[in-house]
Amino acid sequence: MRSPALPHRFVVNGRDIEAIAPPSMRLSDVLRDVLGLKGTKVGCDAGDCGACTVLVDGAQVCACLVPVGQVVGRSVETVEGLAREGRLHALQSAFLRHGAAQCGICTPGMLMAAADLLRRVPSPSEAEVLDALGGVLCRCTGYRKIVDAVLEAAHGGAESVAPSKGAVGTRLVRVDGVAKVTGTDRFGADAIPERGWLALRAVRSPYPHARFRFGDLDAFRRRQPGLVAILTAADVPGANRFGIYPTGKDQPVFAEGQVRMLGEAVCALVGDAETVAAIRDEDVPITWEPLPPISFDDALAGSAPDLHPHAPGNVLCRGRVACGDAATALASAPHRATIAIETSFVEHAYIEPEAGYAERIGDGIKIVACTQTPYMDRDEIALILGIPPERVRIVPTAVGGGFGGKLDLSLQPMIAIAAWRTGQPVRCVYTRPESIRTTTKRHPARIVAEAGCDEEGHLLAFRCHGDFNTGAYASWGPTVASRVPVHAMGPYRVPNVCVTTAAIHTTDTPAGAFRGFGVPQAAIAHEALMDALADRLGMDRLEFRLRNALRHADTTATGQVLDHSVGLVACLEALRPRWQALRAEAEAHNRSAHGPFRRGVGIACMWYGIGNTALSNPSEMTLGLKADGTITLYSGAVDIGQGSNTVMVQIAAEAFGVAPETIRLVVGDTARTRDAGKTSASRQTFVSGNAARLAGIDLRRQLLSLVNAGTDARIIPVPGGLEIRDGDRTMRPDLSRFAADANGDVLVGFGRFDPPTTALDADGRGVPYATYAFGAQIALVEVDLDLGTTRVLRMVAAHDVGRAINPTLVEGQIHGGIAQGIGLALMEEYIPGRNDNLHDYLIPTIGDVPPIEVLLIEDAEPLGPFGAKGVGEPALIATAPAIFGAIEHATGVRVTRIPATPDRLRAAILAAR
Amino acid sequence: MVMVLSGLGGSGLEYRRPVTIEEAVAALRARRHTVLAGGTDLFPARVGRPCDDALLDISGLTALRGIAETNQGWRFGALATWRDVWTADLPPLFNGLRAAAREVGGMQIQNRGTIGGNLCNASPAADGVPNWLALDATVELVSSTGSRRLPVAEFVLGNRRTARREDELLIAVHVPRPAHPARGTFRKLGARRYLVISIVMVAAVAEFAADGTIASARIAVGAASEVARRLPSLETRLIGQCPDPSVVREEDLAPLAPIDDVRATAAYRRDAALTLIRRAIADLA
Repeated sequence: MRSPALPHRFVVNGRDIEAIAPPSMRLSDVLRDVLGLKGTKVGCDAGDCGACTVLVDGAQVCACLVPVGQVVGRSVETVEGLAREGRLHALQSAFLRHGAAQCGICTPGMLMAAADLLRRVPSPSEAEVLDALGGVLCRCTGYRKIVDAVLEAAHGGAESVAPSKGAVGTRLVRVDGVAKVTGTDRFGADAIPERGWLALRAVRSPYPHARFRFGDLDAFRRRQPGLVAILTAADVPGANRFGIYPTGKDQPVFAEGQVRMLGEAVCALVGDAETVAAIRDEDVPITWEPLPPISFDDALAGSAPDLHPHAPGNVLCRGRVACGDAATALASAPHRATIAIETSFVEHAYIEPEAGYAERIGDGIKIVACTQTPYMDRDEIALILGIPPERVRIVPTAVGGGFGGKLDLSLQPMIAIAAWRTGQPVRCVYTRPESIRTTTKRHPARIVAEAGCDEEGHLLAFRCHGDFNTGAYASWGPTVASRVPVHAMGPYRVPNVCVTTAAIHTTDTPAGAFRGFGVPQAAIAHEALMDALADRLGMDRLEFRLRNALRHADTTATGQVLDHSVGLVACLEALRPRWQALRAEAEAHNRSAHGPFRRGVGIACMWYGIGNTALSNPSEMTLGLKADGTITLYSGAVDIGQGSNTVMVQIAAEAFGVAPETIRLVVGDTARTRDAGKTSASRQTFVSGNAARLAGIDLRRQLLSLVNAGTDARIIPVPGGLEIRDGDRTMRPDLSRFAADANGDVLVGFGRFDPPTTALDADGRGVPYATYAFGAQIALVEVDLDLGTTRVLRMVAAHDVGRAINPTLVEGQIHGGIAQGIGLALMEEYIPGRNDNLHDYLIPTIGDVPPIEVLLIEDAEPLGPFGAKGVGEPALIATAPAIFGAIEHATGVRVTRIPATPDRLRAAILAAR
Repeated sequence: MVMVLSGLGGSGLEYRRPVTIEEAVAALRARRHTVLAGGTDLFPARVGRPCDDALLDISGLTALRGIAETNQGWRFGALATWRDVWTADLPPLFNGLRAAAREVGGMQIQNRGTIGGNLCNASPAADGVPNWLALDATVELVSSTGSRRLPVAEFVLGNRRTARREDELLIAVHVPRPAHPARGTFRKLGARRYLVISIVMVAAVAEFAADGTIASARIAVGAASEVARRLPSLETRLIGQCPDPSVVREEDLAPLAPIDDVRATAAYRRDAALTLIRRAIADLA
């Protein structure tokens, strides 16, 4: 017998309410689903992430751990209660000003934890801020801007300072910021409008490798009154296949008799939410025949059976870049160094689990869900449903972090099929374990690399092979295999290069896109070699890198001549004073140290090609003008927290010649915006930004030509329209004489940009990217020699971004990338089936990210919008190798098994004694 | 008043929230219940599925709240939260317990998680357990037929196993007043700063004679065996000495049986335990 829902009276944000719910229902669910207060976010339902932090009688708690029965008669405060009478709370204003909200999914929790603190401690120290916010995880910001915002809010000032305004180059407050700090932004799980709608839950494999047969599913369904349908592979209307590459569609929506990974979906239960949640997977009539799993070792040994017929030997694909004669040059090099490293699966750990709904509308389908790539989703769903792409509409919600993990389809095919088959709207929200277990990861890599230099420290040759565990399905494995060889020697002049890669199938979770596509793993290897060669020569590690750094007019290993925007030398020179001072400080500390703590300073360089590797990846944007002067940017570029919404508006405003706040934004709906490609490969600012710029120029040209104004005329928004001032002439074009299109626009500017690249030949020769980002970072660490623990004490990051369209957002990307780099270096290791939650899978907390100094280098890229390149992935790449260099400086031990968890580092320290 | 209806119907079986211990133990006698206090272990064990246990919510039992000094020592009500522990006015004997209280999850967990729930959940990584062992604490259990007290070492039996009968309720933890002035300490090791589940942890309490030497010591190590363990050989050797980390020997770890898991290897746990024990003893000086 189930207990009836009971009335519970309590106070929410100062209002008496009565909520009717079962007493054991989580307060988070009551707030969201009963009271409609979607500002409280759910990230894990286990008290691990703190996204659902609310105040109960003034004290911060995880609403997911509080049964509503326990709040009767008490006062609950949520993010919706922070702003009063339309006026933002001081914390909210400070978060906006500092860029402390990126994707915004953790923001309500952070704000409530901070509100709790400021009531107890009106003037807190930084340590008190860290303690108070230590229970809320953030994956985007790197926390430092959050700390700054809380301290500023506490010490006054934020409310009275107007946000800065301006176009390119200014610290414009993010255009979607108010929605994020007030909890009104709508993420995947918030977008679902009807609680009565059908819910879908996938039934998943308990084995990494198995054959299976269904029993009588129809009979089972009939025994469950709330169950409307059980969907299997037989219910897929079109192709039961998806995947990133047209030739690599190898992943079934529902497995067909065989599963290749733990958690693979075999069927889906569709019905009322309670029913589908209550059915255990093991109750569904499925007979399993487990098969031996295929590990990375098994697959590399070649002894395992093939998982896919198109991948003999379980080799999905190979990559290669070669120039000169690396073998001969290495054999004769005066100094050589070698390294072998092994990295782990890394989970994206965005705080928003996948969520969304699908609705069949006539002979079309609409999918509202979190995604990084609406147009690719559209085309894939069309194939799966067997309908033309035009009949699929993808409406992206706000995305609570992506980092590459929301490029692949997750729940979209299942809800699409369910809505298609049942004719009713169907929703699905992944649980945290489901999200971690079934979505892509960073590729585990085994890299062996060797480099040689002459007596003066000039690099002569570099050779490297990397095997990448791409898991059960291809996903972005080919991208990693092709991108890594281009970058694997690092941003250095090397005349002789041979780099090979292989993407290897196993029965592990698929590895896909994750901030850097294999380049962060490769950087760990090449930077270890730079340190080793510098040490061998007795050269300073920074000066060695500077000697070899790529410069203007240098030629890369692919034969590409770098004509413009090669700012690595400027990065290293900017870092040099910090490097010398920090090295000296650390060495002085160690000389006087008696206990087990030793400090070290490391440096690492990176480069990163912006956009797809040797493939067309165009973006298109439109800027519309209504008769009343309203300007609308239609942007298909999905903002996953990095700030592309703001950047696109800034660029379009600058190009069109108005202030950014005059531009309205329509984003990411495939029915209303053009294809701006995927939010990936650090391409949105460079590629889509260019499209936005061109759209702005096009609309400006059209508008000015109406009144025969000169090209430097000013466009002035005025009530009801636009004025144009050209010298001493002021004109008001009559826009009402034009017919309006479906959007109501009378003039539409169009922009398209596809970065110029060429295909690569068998030796990887060609122009894989139109431009590259460069950067270098310094890490100061302290290692406890007796425990093997590492604390990062400080980071200094110099990045050549071409042009910082919005310096606050650029810093935010760098901070966040560094935080993820710290995780990659020191703690993050996903082991399929063992740590699919956020208490066993560790990501950095607010106490793990040290103060970060950002030095922006702007070596303008002529192809980029106003000189800009990209920074999303570049931010992360140098961090882990800088930390490993620092650990070696502190301990004499070079970490080769990554992450450098305390047990591994301690073992390495002991082995070196 | 805003009246809002839920469309979700019921979930979970019975839910009782008694206000007296008598009602609570009567319910436990009548049928099997899962006891709910702060919910910080109960809900994480039910991710993605409805709570279909019969729940006995004891959060309304005011008699189980509070931390108080008694004639014999101190009584910690089972519903005392970690926040209650770290904000309580307690002597240096409890320095370790209070330090642990500040490191159980984040503040959200410290505001909700209870000392009683931490004991009854009996995780090998429970931060409370080694501290209670070092404090020589006993638990007080009541049922409809009476009450009993058990030393914590006899209460926590294994991974998620305790000596609590299904008809019993843990209502308090009692800490005896030491014969001499005493100090405690706690060392917790994890791979990140906050939200740490211990790789290994050490709680230590020493009582000091008038001459500053150790009159008695209790050292307990958690997360290095199924249940936190005291180290009797070390405790004996410390008596009569000043706190000296160098007295710690590898053989002192004999009661431990660490395992390899996602957090660390067994060998590392032994090694790190030695370091933490030495640091804990140094803390006591």
